[in-house]
Amino acid sequence: MSVLVYTESEERKIKKIALEAVSYAKAIADQMGTTVTAVCINADNTSELGKYGASKVLEVSNDKLAKFNGEAYADLIAQAAKKEGAKIVVMTSSANSKFLAPTLAVDLNAGFVPNVVGLPESTSPLKVKHSVFTNKAFAYTEFKTDISIIGLGKNSFGVKENETSITSEAFSPNLDSHDFDMEIVSVDKATDQVTIADAEIVVSGGRGLKGPENWGIIEDLAKTLGAATACSKPVSDMGWRPHSEHVGQTGKPVAANLYIAIGISGAIQHLAGINASKVKVVINNDPEAPFFKAADYGMVGDAFEIVPKLTEKLKEFKAQNN
Amino acid sequence: MKILVCISHVPDTTSKINFTDGDTKFDTSGVQFVINPNDEFGLTRAMWFKEKQGATVHVINVGGAETEPTLRKALAIGADEAIRINTPAVDGFSVAKQLAHVVKEGGYDLVIAGRESIDYNGGMVPGMLAKLTGNNFVNTCIGLEIDGEKATAIREIDGGKETLKTSLPLVIGGQKGIVEESDLRIPNMRGIMQARTKPLTVKEPIESNPETATVGFEKPAPKGQVKLVDSVDELINLLHNEAKVI
Repeated sequence: MSVLVYTESEERKIKKIALEAVSYAKAIADQMGTTVTAVCINADNTSELGKYGASKVLEVSNDKLAKFNGEAYADLIAQAAKKEGAKIVVMTSSANSKFLAPTLAVDLNAGFVPNVVGLPESTSPLKVKHSVFTNKAFAYTEFKTDISIIGLGKNSFGVKENETSITSEAFSPNLDSHDFDMEIVSVDKATDQVTIADAEIVVSGGRGLKGPENWGIIEDLAKTLGAATACSKPVSDMGWRPHSEHVGQTGKPVAANLYIAIGISGAIQHLAGINASKVKVVINNDPEAPFFKAADYGMVGDAFEIVPKLTEKLKEFKAQNN
Repeated sequence: MKILVCISHVPDTTSKINFTDGDTKFDTSGVQFVINPNDEFGLTRAMWFKEKQGATVHVINVGGAETEPTLRKALAIGADEAIRINTPAVDGFSVAKQLAHVVKEGGYDLVIAGRESIDYNGGMVPGMLAKLTGNNFVNTCIGLEIDGEKATAIREIDGGKETLKTSLPLVIGGQKGIVEESDLRIPNMRGIMQARTKPLTVKEPIESNPETATVGFEKPAPKGQVKLVDSVDELINLLHNEAKVI
């Protein structure tokens, strides 16, 4: 009876959110007096998971699984959960985990709660706190099933070292042909940019930028900070920026360490999307902008003057501190 | 082609969220309910298939009688028939089981649900529904073309998009991008009048026990005052020394 954790990787490298999921799984395992088993698909350096509390890793090496496949990955994790007798499966809340967790829940006849924001309130029954109403509130939910699947919200627990002796085991699940019913024709991914999902820092622009031609100052600031770029809903509706950058209730949620909003007034739907971020900075020339009420730090003034100056000063700061 | 669009009845995006009964129930007083935005994008795509390629579009909701105005709105937008499964939506898994029963009985070629509802944000119903019915599944769908039994779908992934080829029957979790915001339709008077006479069938639920139970709610702690600064040097200093995020 271990806690099973699915550790996502990309191009054979284990993702940071997976390390957070292992840290979280270890804390639950300690609460329950059991151990953590990780499942890794086509990843290198899996032994590093021991640093965060995994005592066993099931390593899957299969070229057919080189690209994400929700059906096959769910099938595989279900088999791993049965093999390990897992009562709790921990996943992240990434796009891929959200794709496969519901399928896995049906496979295991397990309850599933996504966007969980901390350790369980109780383990018998298992009761977790999770964000609802797009971060405008939290709910407390109890599982009623033998097996429970927890989708851990990004940055809600943190990566915590907890050195544990780890063993690894090759794992070859039985995958059937139905798992490969869908054919991936192409993947179009900007490899040189930080994605909103992975970013620790997000720099976001709104209508105050006046037009797409002015986005250079947002991109320069983001590049200096190693941040992802994002935007408000009107900006993506007007086609200044792609839909994939739209942050808010009907766009992407952001749970970054630092969210910098430039020229965004702060509509309730936008604020809902960024509520889970830890520190919020607002730069806006309207001192009455509602965003100032939700922010930690603010500067009132012209973004076209402040942002380039901020970028330059940050470059100096980085040069001195690195 | 026979299409089923799953419609969640959710508080308008501008709603203030409050709870009653010792923080165990969502406070609906003064709240306007709407079609879940992700479902509305899917419904609009379904209407496109109906008009351009020929399709019958049914809409479905799991909920009490209070959700019927939302279903009527979907009919006013152009859906042909509505189904309400007469049971409260307790958790995502049990909603998916109720929907799966109707999907199997109805022989739908394409089921469109929103990527997630904006109230409980579970995002689990489309994937569970696909698995329960044995249909193919595409989540975070931002593009869909159907040619006979074949489908080409575009899915948003972290940092990009992926194009997939698959076949019907298919379940998708749709979102903004599957149609443009500007393509969304507001029901006109003719549509509203027609919606009154379109069939809205109430089905009794199948027996099913929920897998989870929400026992309480909490609002985030109140926010402290914003710290306004006059210079970028001061801002950098605060982000480094106080907030420790750079």
